[in-house]
Formats: sequence, structure tokens, C-alpha cells
Amino acid sequence: MAQAAEAVKTSYQGQIHLLQKELMGNYFNQLTRCAEQGEGKAAYMLISGNPVELILAFDLIPVYPEINALQLAVKKVALPFIQKAEEIGYSMDNCAYVKADVGLFLGDRKTPFATIPLPSLILCNYVGCNVYLQWFEHLAEYSNGTLYNLDIPFMRDPSGKPSPEDVTYVVRQLEEVIELCERITGKKLDYAKLKRIVALSGETGEMWSRIKALTKHVPSPFDCYFDSVTMMAPLYCLRGTEEGLRFFEVALKEMEEKVQMGIGPLPEERFRFVIEGPPPWPYLRVFRDLFAKWGAVAVASTYSTVGGLWEFGFRHDPNHPLESIAAHMLEWNLTNRNFLQRYEQIRRYVEEWSADALVIHSVKSCRLFSAGQGDMREYFTKELGIPTLLVESDIEDPRYFSEAQMKNRIDAFFESLEHRKILHAASAEGRRT
Amino acid sequence: MEEPQSREKNLGMENLVSRYREVLEDSPFDQVAEWKKNHPGSKVIGCYPVYTPVEIIHAAGMLPVGIIGGGNRLEIAYADSRFQSFVCSIVKSTLELGLTGKLHFLDGMVFHSICDPARNLASVFKRNFPQLQVEYIHFPQNMVSPHNVNYLSAEYRKLKASYEQLAGRTITDDDLRSSIRLYNEQRKLIRELYRIRRETPQNLSTLETYILTRIGTLIPLEEHITSLRKALEAAGQRDEKPKDRIKVVLEGSFCEQPPLELVEGLEAAGCYILDDDFLLGWRWFEQDIPLEGDPTRNLARAYIHQSVYSGVKHDTREPKSKHLIDKVKETGASAVVILAAKFCEPALFDYALYRQTLEREGIPHLYLEFEEKMWIFDKARTEVETFVESMLFD
Repeated sequence: MAQAAEAVKTSYQGQIHLLQKELMGNYFNQLTRCAEQGEGKAAYMLISGNPVELILAFDLIPVYPEINALQLAVKKVALPFIQKAEEIGYSMDNCAYVKADVGLFLGDRKTPFATIPLPSLILCNYVGCNVYLQWFEHLAEYSNGTLYNLDIPFMRDPSGKPSPEDVTYVVRQLEEVIELCERITGKKLDYAKLKRIVALSGETGEMWSRIKALTKHVPSPFDCYFDSVTMMAPLYCLRGTEEGLRFFEVALKEMEEKVQMGIGPLPEERFRFVIEGPPPWPYLRVFRDLFAKWGAVAVASTYSTVGGLWEFGFRHDPNHPLESIAAHMLEWNLTNRNFLQRYEQIRRYVEEWSADALVIHSVKSCRLFSAGQGDMREYFTKELGIPTLLVESDIEDPRYFSEAQMKNRIDAFFESLEHRKILHAASAEGRRT
Repeated sequence: MEEPQSREKNLGMENLVSRYREVLEDSPFDQVAEWKKNHPGSKVIGCYPVYTPVEIIHAAGMLPVGIIGGGNRLEIAYADSRFQSFVCSIVKSTLELGLTGKLHFLDGMVFHSICDPARNLASVFKRNFPQLQVEYIHFPQNMVSPHNVNYLSAEYRKLKASYEQLAGRTITDDDLRSSIRLYNEQRKLIRELYRIRRETPQNLSTLETYILTRIGTLIPLEEHITSLRKALEAAGQRDEKPKDRIKVVLEGSFCEQPPLELVEGLEAAGCYILDDDFLLGWRWFEQDIPLEGDPTRNLARAYIHQSVYSGVKHDTREPKSKHLIDKVKETGASAVVILAAKFCEPALFDYALYRQTLEREGIPHLYLEFEEKMWIFDKARTEVETFVESMLFD
């Protein structure tokens, strides 16, 4: 009979956890100073493939409404903001990231982690997600910020590559963004500075890519879902800065040491799985513990590639700053790739990272991620024979998480996986004797 | 006393509309399959909402057909295991049509960057129906960049090349021009229907306009143009007395389409719908697309500079709610009915902005949600009746 250890309380106490807290604290303090003391100008952007390198070259302060929304959810204070948005006309069925952010934006913009500054520039990097366009259209209506839709053609060619026209179109638009930033900040682009920033992003991508390759080891030195999110905050908020790069140098060293010592995030690694879909931020710890008690470690995740896909070789190139920013936005992130490219990415993860199973976390808020995941399950179970579990909740709205139901589904899945392992072991034994 | 001739004309309209209604309600795709049987070697391309540059398909000698969901006579048996409960009806019903073999007459299908579920549906189609040529158009969402026309022209050239291959013939500029000319004509005639509705809504109902427009997504263009001319002539003969109804503008149904019974019921409940956004992609331009010069570029330029506003197009040049308010003012409507498809994120997000602006402008509105698969209309009808009464007697 399969046995799951009783509730394992996970905690991550490595050096990077503390360093991340410190760096993100500094980042949020910068936002607060901008909001409250007028220090600097804020540029709003979205996470999936953005040109933060350009924004930093103008010393604009990048603000990410998605990060703010998820912080509200993690801190369990999102619901009143969501409800406030629903009161003025947003639907139960609209993305709750947007609703939490709109609720926050229309108030005093004070949160437990920062006061969010008003935008000077609302730069909608439309990279895959159509809700992005709506979201920033709304923020522009509610503020005086200048809205620019940076339109990134979706990956639709069978080659999975952007066309030369796609690249030209994006580079031309980046030049328009430069002009816009020059108008807003009153200064000319410092090209040498841009190249330095792009070089830092390139090196950061290199570190991150090496870190992610480490989870191919058994045991995996960290959980590529629950611990990756710790590293994703600096990857997105601090990419292109010296501190950001230092964080990843420390992280790589720490993870390499773990590999050498054979240490993983759990006392024992019994299952390796790939996970698809964003996390349930309001119940992150509860969700993690449901897997931890089975000794199940995520060795790869699609969510950790939403803002950039470095593990298959992409690096920002300081010798071609605009072209490489364009490549990042077009091709080298999860959200601008088509659904079948995602199937392929997951298939590679399962094979190259030696996973036993796929877990799909389907969230109502993000239909970019979730719409059609039933077909994905069909593909992985029927075509590839990979055990696949699909569970549903939300990234932001706490009303969609049912712990009891989630626990039942996860327990049943790992029980059957355990059973499968025993049978496999027995038949292998049988063959030997 | 009506002139006998006028009665006959009206009968002409009624016959036309009831014949088309039957087609739409019973088995809309049968005649497409029939057409294909009668035109051996010809190809049929399905167009998912909202807008497709159908001229390119037509110019290749192929038949563009609107695949606009499965309506309320299709049972969903397979597709809801592929797409979750929180995904809109049209995504699931379109997949269901494919999974149950009802799209067997298609050679290709074209999807666009209108929303997240539609985009993933394109991939799911590709995987499940490898025999179909699935195209995906990424329409520009940057309406101010001087480079967007270049970009979209390139997108259209790729589409053209791909259809040339499928059709086994080249599309010359003159082919494309003559298709544009015919579609200009069709769109002009549809605009004419809408003009009659706006000016004398008692002479042409929303349901009639809808049926006359919708049938055009299923039959050859030339045939549709003939029908529209007939219908316009008949409508021109009508001289009905206006009823005591409120005048409204309807917004929010640009993709998934409400059942005919609902369209009919809304007006019967006491309003004249002076304008709507049903089948919006099939009447995407308010002026003719120019014929002189590079026709591919003209199509692209028209998309950027001449197309109507929509929940799936994000034009930073002017706030979307301003367009709605302008429409209300221009038509002389006194209220707005928002009829949004359940789970349609673009429509639902737009509503949040519309509602705030309508309240600011003091324009009354009614918010309704529908699903194409709905069968019971009493609730919607009661809500409209209550709304109308509150407007008429307050």
C-alpha cells in the first residue's frame, strides 16, 4: 500500500532566500520613494518578454503590475482589491491579476510591501497575452501616463521562428520606444550604457540557464517550481543590473554545492515531476506541501519560463542590443510561443530532466496558460503515455482554491504513481530471476 | 390600404428571410458541402471570428466560410474535456464541430490573435486535424507605429502565398482587386441595411438584418450580393408605422453570436436596436477599400486606418468608450444594451470601461450575458422588458 508521509512542512532556508528578500525589499523601497517622494519616473511593463534593458538605460523605474498583484495574493490581501474592481463593473470571469491591480490602482496604491508609483510611461509589451492589452488600456484610462502598445507578433510559423519582417517590425518599434523615453526623461539614449545593461542581462541569463540545468541531477538540488519562483523575482525585477547578476552568481554557487553534497529540497526525492501552469499564489505553501509529503519534486516548470526562456541557449547580446531584445520578446519566452511549442517544451522536460509525471495546474485567471489544457493532457497521456494530473484553481483569487479537493486529487495521483513504480520494480525483478 | 405590388415586395423579403433562417437553424453547413460537391477541385476555407481578409481567399478561387460556433442545436460531447468550464462556448463548439466530423468540407481554417482561448484553439486544431491547413494571422495591436502597414502587408503576402499553394494557382493583383471590389460592394449593401435600420427601424428588423448578413458567411459572394440587392429593394418599399419602443445601440457580440431567438426576442421586448456589433468582422470597414495601387497593401492599410472599433483591436489613438458614446449620439439612441458572451474576456473587460463611461455620460444601459448554446430566453426578455418600461415610464 502506498504511503505518504504525513504533512511535511517545507521551508527553504538557503542563502539565496535571504538575499532575495533583501534585494526585493530594496526594489520595492525604490517604488515607494518614487511614489511618495517623487524620486524618478515609473515605467509600467508586463513580465513576459520585456525590454527592461531599454527602460533601465533611461534610469526609468520598472514597475510590474503582475508582480504587485501576485505579492498581494501571497500576502493574502488581494480579495478586497478584487472585489473593489468587481463593484465597478469587472466580471467574476475576468483575470483576477487585473482586478487586484485595478482595485489597488484606483485607491491609494499602498500595499504591505510598497506604495506603487503612478506611471509616466505605460509600456504594454504585448507578448502573447491578450489580456495585457486590455489591462494597460484600462490603466491608461485611469491615469495620465503615456500608453504605447509594443506589438510582438506571435510565433505562428511552422518553423517556430519569427520571420525577418517580424524582427524588423519589433526593432522599429523599439526605436520608437527609445524616442518616447527620450521625450519622457528629457535625455538622449546612452548607447554604451544600453550595451552594458544588455551584457548584464546576457550574463544573468547564462547563470540562470546553468542553475536550471542542475535539476537534471538526482536528487534535484531545488524545486524548479516552488524555489524557481524565489529566483524569478530578481530575474525579472533586477535583470540588467549588477545586483541582479550577483544574486544569480550566489545562487549558482549555492545550487552547485547542493548537487555536490547530494542535497535536495526534501528529505527524500521519491518522484520527479514536470509542472505546467502558474502557481496558486494565495495558497502557495499549502499547494507545495501537498507534493512535499509524497517526496515529489518539480524538476522543470513552464511557469519559470514566462518571462524568458534561457535554458535552450538564448543570451542577450551586447553587440546587437535591440535585435537581441527583440529576439527575447519574440521567440525566447514561453508566452509568445504557440501551444504546440509548449507541448514540445514539456516533452523535452519530461525526457531530458527524467521526470515520472506531468502535473497541470489550470488557472481560471490566465487563459493564455490554461485554455485547452485538456487537449494537452490528452496528448501526454494518450500519445506519449506519460501519467498526467490536471488540477484547477487560480493564480490570484483565493475563492477558487479548494484544499480538500486538491489534496484528494494529488493523493490519488501519487498513490497510483507509487503503485505503478512498485509494479515496474517487480516486473524488472521478475525479468532478472 | 397597401398597394398589391408593395405587399408582394414585402413577401419577397419575408420569403428570403424565412428561407435563410431555415438554413441557419437547421444545417448551415449542408449547402457549403453541396457547393463543394458541385465545384469539383475547389477549396473551402473556414474563417473563425472576428475578421479575416476574405478577399485573399476569394481571389484564389476558394470559398471563405464563417465558422462561427455551433449554435444552440449542437450538443457538446467531446470538446469540454479539452477546454475548461471557464472557456467561452464558441471555442468549445467549434472544436466539437471538428471532432464530430461536421467540418469535413473544409480544406483550411484561419484563426487570429483575437484572444487567448482562440489562439490556443488554433494549435489544438492543428494537432487534431492534420489534414486541415491551419493559418494564424497576428493582427497588429500597435496602431500608431509607421511600420505597422509594412508588417501587416508581409503577413498578408505570406497568407496569399500559402493559399496560392493550396489552390494551385497564382493570385494576381487584378484577381485581388476584383475580389476587393466585390467585397466593397457587399459591405456597402450591408451598410445600407444598417442605414435603413438606423433611420426607419420599423421597416427592417434586427433579426432580418442579422439573417441577411449571416447568410453571407455561408454562400458565394456573388449570390449574396444579389440577395442583398433584392432585400434592400423590398425593404425600401416598406412603410411601417413606428411602434412605441425605445431606441438602443447593442454592443458586445462581435465574436460568439447569440441565438436567433434571442436577437428576435430583444426587439420584441420593446426596443429598436439601431446599431449592433453582430458579425462585426464581416462588415469591418466603414468605407470602401481603395482599388488603385498594391491591393495587398491596401487591405493592410485599411485594417489600420479604416476598420471599425472592436473589443479585439486596441487602438491607442482614441479611447474605445468614446466610440460607443459617439455611436449612441450619432444614431440618436437613448440607451445601450450590452450583450456579452459568457466568459468572453475582451467583451467583459470592455464592459468595465463602458459602464463607467456610460454612467458618467448619463446614458442608461442594460447588461446581459448570453451563450450561443442557450435555449431559454424568458429571463433575458423579462430583463429587457423591465428595462424598457423603466425608460418609457420614468
